[in-house]
Amino acid sequence: MKQRSLFDVISPIMTGPSSSHTAGAVRLGLLARNIYKETPQKIIFRLYNSFAQTGKGHGTDKGLLAGLFGYSVDSEKIKNIFNEPSLKNINYAYEYLQNMDRHPNAVDFILEGKINMTISGNSVGAGNVEITKIDDFTTKISGEYNTIILFYKDKPGMISKVSTIIQKENINIASLDCDRNARGQTASMCICVDGQIPSEVISEIEKIEDVYFVRSIKKLED
Amino acid sequence: MDFSINTFEKLLSICESENKKIYEIMQEKEAFDFDIDVENVRNRVAKNIEAMKSAIKNGMTSKEKSYSGLCGDDCAKLQERYKKESPLFGKIYEKITTYALATMEENLRMNKIVACPTAGSCGIVPAVITALSEEKGLNKEEEINALITAGTVGYVISAKVAMAGAVAGCQAECGVASAMSAAAAAQILGGNERQKINAAILALKNILGLTCDPVGGLVEIPCVKRNVFLAIHAITGAELSLAGIESKIPPDEIVDAMVQTGQLMSPLLKETSQGGLAITKNGILISSKL
Repeated sequence: MKQRSLFDVISPIMTGPSSSHTAGAVRLGLLARNIYKETPQKIIFRLYNSFAQTGKGHGTDKGLLAGLFGYSVDSEKIKNIFNEPSLKNINYAYEYLQNMDRHPNAVDFILEGKINMTISGNSVGAGNVEITKIDDFTTKISGEYNTIILFYKDKPGMISKVSTIIQKENINIASLDCDRNARGQTASMCICVDGQIPSEVISEIEKIEDVYFVRSIKKLED
Repeated sequence: MDFSINTFEKLLSICESENKKIYEIMQEKEAFDFDIDVENVRNRVAKNIEAMKSAIKNGMTSKEKSYSGLCGDDCAKLQERYKKESPLFGKIYEKITTYALATMEENLRMNKIVACPTAGSCGIVPAVITALSEEKGLNKEEEINALITAGTVGYVISAKVAMAGAVAGCQAECGVASAMSAAAAAQILGGNERQKINAAILALKNILGLTCDPVGGLVEIPCVKRNVFLAIHAITGAELSLAGIESKIPPDEIVDAMVQTGQLMSPLLKETSQGGLAITKNGILISSKL
């Protein structure tokens, strides 16, 4: 569970006007950036429901783009991000949809470049966010902790192999979530840890047989 | 020492047994929970105060409209009036009302503000603390004490309900901001710990049922002007409390009532823009032109 803080109610210092629709959008962009780890050449932002209806007036479109390129929630660049010279050559577009199966403030980042990836997330209120899907895999990434995410073949012993590697570096696991599409199919593991994640941990996990995808996702700054 | 503070009774009993003020207990708790020094906590609070003051300063000199074009020049209008006619309730009233507008207008211009507790209620706490600080001549440390006191009120309430209009209506945004400000005002004006909480709770009690029905889903109508009203509302809470007028219903029960009221409130009135102001004839007209 999240440790409650005084600064939950007197922060963040942010670009207005909405913690869910502006700061939340920036934070979703930042998390997508931390997951994708490349510079996308082409981006489609697919905004759903309230994000689609009131997003323009709240700068949700600007926030998502700014976050994806590493600007923080209090950046003065967000307001004029569409005129930012460093983003001149990036090809991006927005789509606005209604889908009541999705969260009121949902977005898909459809990223093309060295690799192609679709990342989905929600802004759940007061600037808090969650990444719910990477490609076809369900995730639960909130950015509150440094997180390791991996997809692998569902079979016995995988948790033990991964946790052994983490334990060797003396890293404390704060939470561990597993999920799978179906028995014997693809499974996902989401591990939140205290402290930093050394790159050796990731490369060791990558070596485990039947691990398809591993990412170390840096937690979001306050 | 048991360090969980999830109710006002608990907070006050710790203050009593430790013989410390609310801000002292809260800064120690924050430092303990996040394994940092009290000095770190206070520095971060100081940074927030700086950001609040910059927003006020910038907002006081701008007339730039929001993206929707609906709002952005009210602070200038109010200052014009005060130039011609001094406000009925004096300098502090003048400052609170203009500062609240200044901050909220900065917010809708997509400029920098401090969410307190949310962006839609970001004008209230800064207006009250800054106006009182300037008029009472507070130093930096006293300002920090006031903002931590305000934050503690929001912290305790948020143990029971999320600070979001979608969860409990505007009670949980401008309502809580007003309660936080009332406690800060009581801190600045020299109240005791029980009076600070009582000030907050009197403010909260008198906004129970406040809905969140923004026109077109934007943080503009009624949010901008509502920040002004609820900043002034906070001062009433502080004045009554410092006179020894107590809420007959204890603080934690008021919070329970607020949570229950939030649960009973129709979803149409909780940040969905499907009821109330949002669907008035002109609310719909404005929304259709966005």
